[in-house]
Amino acid sequence: MVDLVFADNVLRFRDDDVVSDPAVTVDAFVDAVSGQPNASAVRVEPGDDARALLPHLDRLALVEVNFPAYTDGRGYSAARILREHGYTGELRAVGDVLIDQLSHMRRCGFDAFVPALPISADAAAKAFATWPEVYQKTVDGRTPIWARRHPVA
Amino acid sequence: MYQYDNYDQAMVDARVDEFRDQVKRRLAGELSEDHFRPLRLKNGLYLQLHAYMLRVAIPYGTLNSRQMRALGDIADKYDRGYGHFTTRQNIQYNWIKLDEAPDLLADLAAVEMHAIQTSGNCIRNTTADHFAGAAADELVDPRPYAELLRQWSTFHPEFDYLPRKFKVAIIGSETDRAAMKLHDIGIQLVKNDAGEIGCRFYVGGGMGRTPMIAPVIADFVPPLQMISYLEAALRVYNRYGRRDNKYKARIKILVHEIGADEYRRQVDAEFAHILTLGLEPPPAELERIKGYFANPGFEADLPDNVDLSDPDFALWVDQNVHAHKQPGYAIVTISLKPAGGIPGDASADQIRLMADLARDFALDELRVTHAQNIVLPHVKKADLYTVWQKLDAAGLANANLDLISDIIACPGLDYCSLANARSIPLAQKISERFADIGRQREIGELKLKISGCINACGHHHAGHIGILGVDRKGTENYQLLFGGSEAADTSLGTIIGPGFNEDGIVDAVEKATDVYLAQREDGERFLDTYRRIGVAPFKEAIYG
Ligand code: SF4
Repeated sequence: MVDLVFADNVLRFRDDDVVSDPAVTVDAFVDAVSGQPNASAVRVEPGDDARALLPHLDRLALVEVNFPAYTDGRGYSAARILREHGYTGELRAVGDVLIDQLSHMRRCGFDAFVPALPISADAAAKAFATWPEVYQKTVDGRTPIWARRHPVA
Repeated sequence: MYQYDNYDQAMVDARVDEFRDQVKRRLAGELSEDHFRPLRLKNGLYLQLHAYMLRVAIPYGTLNSRQMRALGDIADKYDRGYGHFTTRQNIQYNWIKLDEAPDLLADLAAVEMHAIQTSGNCIRNTTADHFAGAAADELVDPRPYAELLRQWSTFHPEFDYLPRKFKVAIIGSETDRAAMKLHDIGIQLVKNDAGEIGCRFYVGGGMGRTPMIAPVIADFVPPLQMISYLEAALRVYNRYGRRDNKYKARIKILVHEIGADEYRRQVDAEFAHILTLGLEPPPAELERIKGYFANPGFEADLPDNVDLSDPDFALWVDQNVHAHKQPGYAIVTISLKPAGGIPGDASADQIRLMADLARDFALDELRVTHAQNIVLPHVKKADLYTVWQKLDAAGLANANLDLISDIIACPGLDYCSLANARSIPLAQKISERFADIGRQREIGELKLKISGCINACGHHHAGHIGILGVDRKGTENYQLLFGGSEAADTSLGTIIGPGFNEDGIVDAVEKATDVYLAQREDGERFLDTYRRIGVAPFKEAIYG
């Protein structure tokens, strides 16, 4: 697993270059005629259907998921859906991203974070280490407790 | 009963550490109240009218004597010597200091307990049939499934910021003792013709301002796909539940607005996808958990008769003792509803006494019921008299289970910042008015439920008689509802007419029981008579 790094104001668990292409809206991205079908970065708002991106995952390098308010949890589902369908590019949480949400976001597949109120890399690293073990299998590759209890020989 | 292993223990310990750090940051001013609120809520800590209230999770209402004793000790150490058992099978403490809350959580963790997700817009503590593993009519013991659900829902990363709170109840009998269809998700364990166990999912029930009875969304989900189905059901809700209006944000509104068929279609599509991901714990895990709930140590060949020569004891047995699946045993319900008392309250000493009784006479188990009473699930019939005497000496032998004074009441205006009216003093007045146990028994089963506002924490919609506190031009006013039920015949009550003041509502309840007594036919409960004759005769007597 790649360590947490702080590069170009992005907290990341990636060692490739930070994608700096401007992110376009989901509508613009999927609309091949009037939109911007060549964009490689897209921004998902809470009301967007992340599934609209599924046919195009191979040409995406960055998906930004916006959290206008941390209480709106739709972005967690969007992230998981993208990862469950094989998206491997950067998945970045932006907006009202607070320290106490970081570990859940990571569990849902986010590997980059740009909090509106900056969080230090040290504080973030501590937050990511909150849970020694996890109960659920998600998309972060962690072994759930039930699998530890019943290791497959 | 389930016991934590090192993994479970590490999770609650990590939670205590995390919360200690959050409280420290809050007290140091590094966290604003706005940002602290959701964090403390996820640890069950509410700011009420006068103090912090802490709600402790009692997963599926089950606990052992050591845990119960700890709850009594916590009442002494951090509260004013009382605990309040709630309609969510939990316990609340009403006088908690913020700086002591982390220590309280550490005391809980020491006995395998926590306050995780007892509040906030997340999956709340799972509730279940309080007679699970004991009831004579049980088809499948729901507790292993409830424990599987507890672990799955604990710190679920995708569903921690849902549109609104989310409550799951699970039962394994035809008799519904958990108001299952009035939950966001109700799961009934059933058997098909081939004798296989399955989960029937009811989704979109609830009380609150818009009470709804949940429709069946899936008739038979194999138990080893239960978690996957829950993931699907929750994901559809998380993505499409309304977030524009908190009063329309519960899943019942989503299911109602798009319709059960469309919701089912979306869940099925998500379910098909999720099944490909291998998220389900293996069969061995369910078996491991089941192992904890197997026979708790029943003895065979015990005498099955009870000496009922003491009339007071006989009365209590008749009212508060239920049939057990194991010959020679019985299920005892301890009523926390003395005449004039606060429904669901118990003193630290009473809590410890119940813990001792569980240890000595009930195979070390207790249950909290959603009707705010305590169950000793496995008592030898030969011990019933001794148990009753000890309860009686502690003021805990109220023989009023399911009678008119066995009232469910929310905290109301005495504690709750959302309340329109007081609930507790009204419950006290009603139970005093009907204090004569002979009269109560004459009236028979009558479930009376009081909420201090439209949020319905006192389940007034589901009361045979429901009382709702409203604000009428700045004064407390009470509306009267008839005809609700939370049992297998779930129904919602309707308001019968203009509201009353506090004394007026007590009189109205009394008049309603008079009409019932005059009109009932053989074997009818209040609810049955009301359903048969309708509201008119009652209105005439009450408003006439
Ligand atoms: S029903 Fe209303 S008054 Fe009663 S506890 Fe709930 S919110 Fe408070």
